[in-house]
Amino acid sequence: MATKDTTLRTRDRVATTVLYVVLLLGLLAVAGPFVWMALSSLKPEREIRDVPPTWWPETVTLDNFRGLFSRLDFPLYFLNSALVATLVMVGNLLFCSLVGYALAKLRYPGKRALFLAVLGMLMVPGMVTFVPQFVLVSNMGLTNTYAGLILPFLVGPFGVFLMRQFLQSIPDELIEAARVDGAGEFRIFWRVVLPLCRPALATLGILTFLASWNNFLWPLVVATTEDKYTLPVALALYSVGENERNYGLLLAGAVVVVLPVLIVFLVLQRHFLRGIATTGIK
Amino acid sequence: MADASAATAPARPAGATSPDRPAGSVRRRQRLRRALTGWAFSAPFTVLFLVSMALPVVVSLVMSFTDLRSTDLRNPLAVNVVGIDNYTRLFSDQLFLRSSVNTLVFVIAGVPLTMVLALAAATALNSGLVRFRALFRVGFYLPVVASIVALSVVWRFLLDPEVGLVNNLLRLVGIDGPNWLYDARLALPSLIVMAAWRNLGFLMVIFLAGLQAVPADLYEAATLDGATRWQQFRNVTLPMLRPTLLFGGVITGIGYLQFFEEPLVMTQGGPLSSTLSVSFHIYNQFGFGNYGYAAAGSYVLFLAIVALSVVQFRLLGERN
Repeated sequence: MATKDTTLRTRDRVATTVLYVVLLLGLLAVAGPFVWMALSSLKPEREIRDVPPTWWPETVTLDNFRGLFSRLDFPLYFLNSALVATLVMVGNLLFCSLVGYALAKLRYPGKRALFLAVLGMLMVPGMVTFVPQFVLVSNMGLTNTYAGLILPFLVGPFGVFLMRQFLQSIPDELIEAARVDGAGEFRIFWRVVLPLCRPALATLGILTFLASWNNFLWPLVVATTEDKYTLPVALALYSVGENERNYGLLLAGAVVVVLPVLIVFLVLQRHFLRGIATTGIK
Repeated sequence: MADASAATAPARPAGATSPDRPAGSVRRRQRLRRALTGWAFSAPFTVLFLVSMALPVVVSLVMSFTDLRSTDLRNPLAVNVVGIDNYTRLFSDQLFLRSSVNTLVFVIAGVPLTMVLALAAATALNSGLVRFRALFRVGFYLPVVASIVALSVVWRFLLDPEVGLVNNLLRLVGIDGPNWLYDARLALPSLIVMAAWRNLGFLMVIFLAGLQAVPADLYEAATLDGATRWQQFRNVTLPMLRPTLLFGGVITGIGYLQFFEEPLVMTQGGPLSSTLSVSFHIYNQFGFGNYGYAAAGSYVLFLAIVALSVVQFRLLGERN
């Protein structure tokens, strides 16, 4: 009995070791490039091009990051990105929770059709709406404006779906009780329902902010002058042509684009994962 | 409401069976009120949704049957209805056909690769032996939340033929690494690997949720029957996970059918159109000002996605 236990334990230990090795190699392959990016952004351009490469920077320098200020206007792009992402987030939180409440808890004609339209929209590829959206925005004279950058993203089918799913779990009795107490419909929504939605709002807020922060194609075609560039657009446009292999500056720029998102993600990761668990959609 | 009904029927004692007219009008008014409330909550979203999404979907379809070009926007009368010309033209357009093949290769190779990697990561993390599970989960998820533009900078640096880490590592074992992104045979495979790397964390989370829903007593029973770990995986995990795997496969397939950002930031569709995708081709046509033609291309893509979804529902339906 004792020997059988020992062999089992040895086999378990071998299995565990193999498991850890595989997982660590996987982690290295997936997260390693981020570490490599951060370390390399602190090296002078010459050391970045060393063959064989240095792992840890021999000379630590912030020159690459300084270049983002002197050769590019990164603070402005950063502010543009933050402004656009914040407004997109607020729009989604407000409009999607309002309609999500109606779809989950109110009875009115046309509700089913509205929900089906929203669900159907989840399947439409971005390219279908892309051209008409661009025509619309340019006809409204909104190219190269913040409004033009924001308008197509103020609402989204995903947000409605998420809020509706969550709101359905709120007990009807709570809303009925508030109604019996004589509270108006909007007051019920604002004072009773919305405070209960905090977890869903957090998830939706993070996901929409992030999607907007990382959004690339739309600002690439709508922002036509540098003062309206968002971070990804500025970085992408800088990285073509003569600066294509100017890795020091490009890596520093990539760090600036990714770092805020990484911090938000690390602090609030459970909200990300809940978003997927609730809806199965990124 | 109570006041109003009292005013219309003052003579009726409370609780009496209500006569038809006043009760009917009360009910009608109640219904109207409910409709108004519902739409008051729905209206702001609906207006924005119609303008920025539903309308564009319809406009795109209409556009696809016209020869609308960017230069016609100021003079809409110059636009002609051309029927299905755009669609027939697409299927004789060598670049569109090339991009369709590239996209299919991307889906057919990319979806299984991403799924296998994600399933391996999820199974390993779910085995109950692993500590620091949160750390691994976060690590595998990192690329999902990072901007594609930043990822492209990192990957172009990693794949640089001279100073890139990949070729430096190959040099250590005596291999002279190729120019990954500028070789027409290697560019698409490189992007497939990059896409799998970028998306496996997302699928992993979905698979983990599926794995955690598999009842533990199934494994206990299998262990008692003397099943090895591999047999348990084959005969318990995989069948129980079938719906989750199908779901994961289809959403990944839908995403990969629209494959666009990777070539846009990594290769601009080159070299020799070897990484040109359908979405990228549509985008280029938009860039050339061929709006009607681009819209037709986007609807072909839409149909492919709908077809894929229908196949999924069929497969899931068989199961249930």
